[in-house]
Amino acid sequence: MSAEQAAGVTLTGISKTFGDFTAVQPMDLSIPQGSFFALLGASGCGKTTTLRMIAGLEQPTAGRVMLGDRDVTSLPPHRRPVNTVFQSYALFPHLSVQDNVAFGLRRRGKKQVHKEVEDVLELVELGPLARRKPAQLSGGQQQRVALARAIVNRPEVLLLDEPLGALDLKLRRQMQLELKRIQTEVGITFVHVTHDQEEAMTMADTIAVMNHGRVEQLGAPAELYESPGSAFVANFLGQSNLIAAEISAAEGDELVLRAGDTKLTLPRDRMRATSAASGTKVLAGIRPEKIAIRSRSDEAAVPEGHNRLTGTIKDASFTGVSTQYVVASPWCPELAVFAQNVESAAGLTPGAEVVLHWNPAHTFGLDGDQDADAGTGEDAL
Amino acid sequence: MRVLTFVRRNLVVIAGTLALGYLLLPNLVVLLYSFNKPVSRYNNTWQEFSTEAWSDPCGAPGICDSVGLSLQIGLLSTLAATALGTLAAFALARHRFRGRAGVNSLIFLPMAMPEVVMAASLGTLFLNMRIEFGFTTILIAHIMFCLSFVVVAVKARLAGMDPKLEEAARDLYAGPLQAFVRVTLPLALPGIAAGAMLSFALSLDDVIITQFNSGPSTITFPMFVWGASLKGVPVQVNVIGSAMFFIAVLLVMAGQLLGNGRARRKS
Amino acid sequence: MTALAPPPPAAPEADAPPPPPPGGRRKLTPYWLLLPAILWLLVFFAVPMFFQASTSVQSGSSGEGYELTWHWANYTDAMSEYAEHFGRSIMYAAAATLLCLVIGYPLAYMIAFRAGRWRNVLLVMVIAPFFTSFLIRTLAWKHILSDGGPLVGALDALHLLDVTATLGMTEDDRLLATPLAVICGLTYNFLPFMILPLYSSLERINPALHEAAQDLYAKPATVFRKVTFPLSLPGVVAGTLLTFIPASGDYINAKLLGSPGEQMIGNAIQRQFLNVRDYPTAAAMSFLLMAAILIIVTVYIRRAGTEELV
Repeated sequence: MSAEQAAGVTLTGISKTFGDFTAVQPMDLSIPQGSFFALLGASGCGKTTTLRMIAGLEQPTAGRVMLGDRDVTSLPPHRRPVNTVFQSYALFPHLSVQDNVAFGLRRRGKKQVHKEVEDVLELVELGPLARRKPAQLSGGQQQRVALARAIVNRPEVLLLDEPLGALDLKLRRQMQLELKRIQTEVGITFVHVTHDQEEAMTMADTIAVMNHGRVEQLGAPAELYESPGSAFVANFLGQSNLIAAEISAAEGDELVLRAGDTKLTLPRDRMRATSAASGTKVLAGIRPEKIAIRSRSDEAAVPEGHNRLTGTIKDASFTGVSTQYVVASPWCPELAVFAQNVESAAGLTPGAEVVLHWNPAHTFGLDGDQDADAGTGEDAL
Repeated sequence: MRVLTFVRRNLVVIAGTLALGYLLLPNLVVLLYSFNKPVSRYNNTWQEFSTEAWSDPCGAPGICDSVGLSLQIGLLSTLAATALGTLAAFALARHRFRGRAGVNSLIFLPMAMPEVVMAASLGTLFLNMRIEFGFTTILIAHIMFCLSFVVVAVKARLAGMDPKLEEAARDLYAGPLQAFVRVTLPLALPGIAAGAMLSFALSLDDVIITQFNSGPSTITFPMFVWGASLKGVPVQVNVIGSAMFFIAVLLVMAGQLLGNGRARRKS
Repeated sequence: MTALAPPPPAAPEADAPPPPPPGGRRKLTPYWLLLPAILWLLVFFAVPMFFQASTSVQSGSSGEGYELTWHWANYTDAMSEYAEHFGRSIMYAAAATLLCLVIGYPLAYMIAFRAGRWRNVLLVMVIAPFFTSFLIRTLAWKHILSDGGPLVGALDALHLLDVTATLGMTEDDRLLATPLAVICGLTYNFLPFMILPLYSSLERINPALHEAAQDLYAKPATVFRKVTFPLSLPGVVAGTLLTFIPASGDYINAKLLGSPGEQMIGNAIQRQFLNVRDYPTAAAMSFLLMAAILIIVTVYIRRAGTEELV
């Protein structure tokens, strides 16, 4: 995030506790104006609470909320130039589509709302359904009404609380592109809460990954994916193999790690552990699609300088574009490998002895004293 | 200033609490005067604190017989109304058939009619048929007006129930009877229980319909109180009224605790 | 990835034929299930209505018995003789219904939205008064409203009794045996019938709708006017009917809390039936009451229906 960009929303030292439970730990967050910003995390990580504090639906326990350079911390929701697309849409069941959309305009004293309502319904492609009641619309249509009802007010910031959660996969993809198009068209700051990492990566310019009420890492999607800063981010965004290792030496720009009797190298600038001294415990990370797999008999073909591990195939599943292998190696019981189905996979069947190798530049190093499984499994739902 | 802000923020809670007070005030007065020791037959001025009536709740002549009669009629009419009402509710919730709308309105009508109209018309029938007023006529009347409430309670429960559950049971090798006994009935039970409790309460407390359809020797508890209100209400009436209140509240609370405990253990 | 996948094939069930019609025995099941209840209601609810209809046009005396003479004058006589009772019944019931709505709405709202984990306890407290006999509680009101009681004293000191007296609701600085007492008694007795349907329709409102309205620049009062109240209308309609209908036929409150000047049509029917034993007049009055209620309720539902109900 560049510092010169004006901030749309600034949270300073904001936190929220409910009784004994801390939903959001004190944090600072600055969301650039006009950006598409995603708060990504598992349920209960504090992302929705953060959103609700921006909307004014929740009072922060401490800290301040600024819109532009205006402090709105003490303003009730109806006095904030912010609108929300609610998780279940929260469309008023007793009002027609056009009355739902006109609701906010009328509350602000506008008498002639027809034109604006018509335009925004055109934008979301719902013009012909203006007189229907919400119950007569499909899920995707309701979602568009919720969006139209919010953006018609031209808020400074639009908040989206898991807006696509209730839609089926295909519709969700379509709406993701649609939302992105609308955001570019209207130029409003979008703050989008989601637990779906693919959704966040598709749409957002900047993602803040939240875990246990804290922002774990903030950055552009590709940056988060290629160099995650913690085991949680590495596992929650896509899939990672994290191998417990120890720093054995530093050679120029590279660090040499030892995992059992295997030597791994990684670029020094991709090391996130606080210390680079010899003997420091670290996790060496590598994405499954970065790993190449070949038969043990074929080991001579591994390029010079690649990191390599040997092991046995435990499981192979064909998914069409790729084949996903689970490989057991002495230093890591379950390594995931995604191999594009480009070359023949002859002999790569369960039980086969294989060698895995990858370009050391793709390796990333993490602090060794964290749970290598953080952000996987149930934790991630 | 601060008081004003508090009042404005909590206007609903203040008004609601006052309404609750309005609802509960008479029960408080009844309880208070159950500890009175009136000098005359009229228990309407506070004399002195006494637990005399509580230690001898049957002290007023006829009072415990009337409570007994009320309980008897309440239980019998609840039993009958629950059985008939549950069957009807199953028919209405689970079947499509000719004449359904007519049946629905016949069941709805008794609830939409002032009690005095029903009371007088049923009384007219008994008079015309030369049936002597007494236990049986009261029972018939009570079953009649409780029936609709049971149907509505059970039907509401069944309507919120997924018919696929029965199909799932059938799919898992349960015969029609087993599917009903093992799946449908247990799930409908809360509705049936609610209907039964409602009809017991309605029967126990009914004045108007009972008054038009009872004989001189069948005096239910409300009829006893009615009679007493004309000549002076014994303290025991307050005792029994308060006791019924506490027993019912305790039962409801116990039921809730039991339900909560069960829900917690399951989760 | 999957975005390029072809659309899934149409569900095959869509074109499948409907399940075969149930067999003959199954077709009769609902009738067997309904038989006992319907028989009971026909014999002891519907048939008595016909008997009452026939009784309402009989003439004679309690000593010599009554005979069907198509004596329609029973209706006109009842109308002219008890016009005041009819008027009072409708007035008192309407006033009590309105009071129930005003008193019951905040309580229902509080239980639905502000009670948190006390919700169930509060609901029990709303129903709890029922557990003490209706008559005993009405007698307790007689007590509370009695002359020289603390309530009369307090209202008198605040000069509120003068206000109600100018409205014709009270007289001579007393509460008991006044229209106000009867209306208060009716309000009290039927309040839970208002609160419960209101609560159940309020409770069904998604709290996110309140947040959405606030988010769309509605002040708290506007949220109520534009969202909460319109969505609770089904509860308002149900509650007002459940209060108005029984209140209009009640005679116990008027008997215990009123004087002869506050007698309602229920009192007249009760007296004619149980004391005077003039069954035809009682029957004619019952039918007139039913007709009046039917008309009022129909008009009311029509009116309520034109507002935007869900």
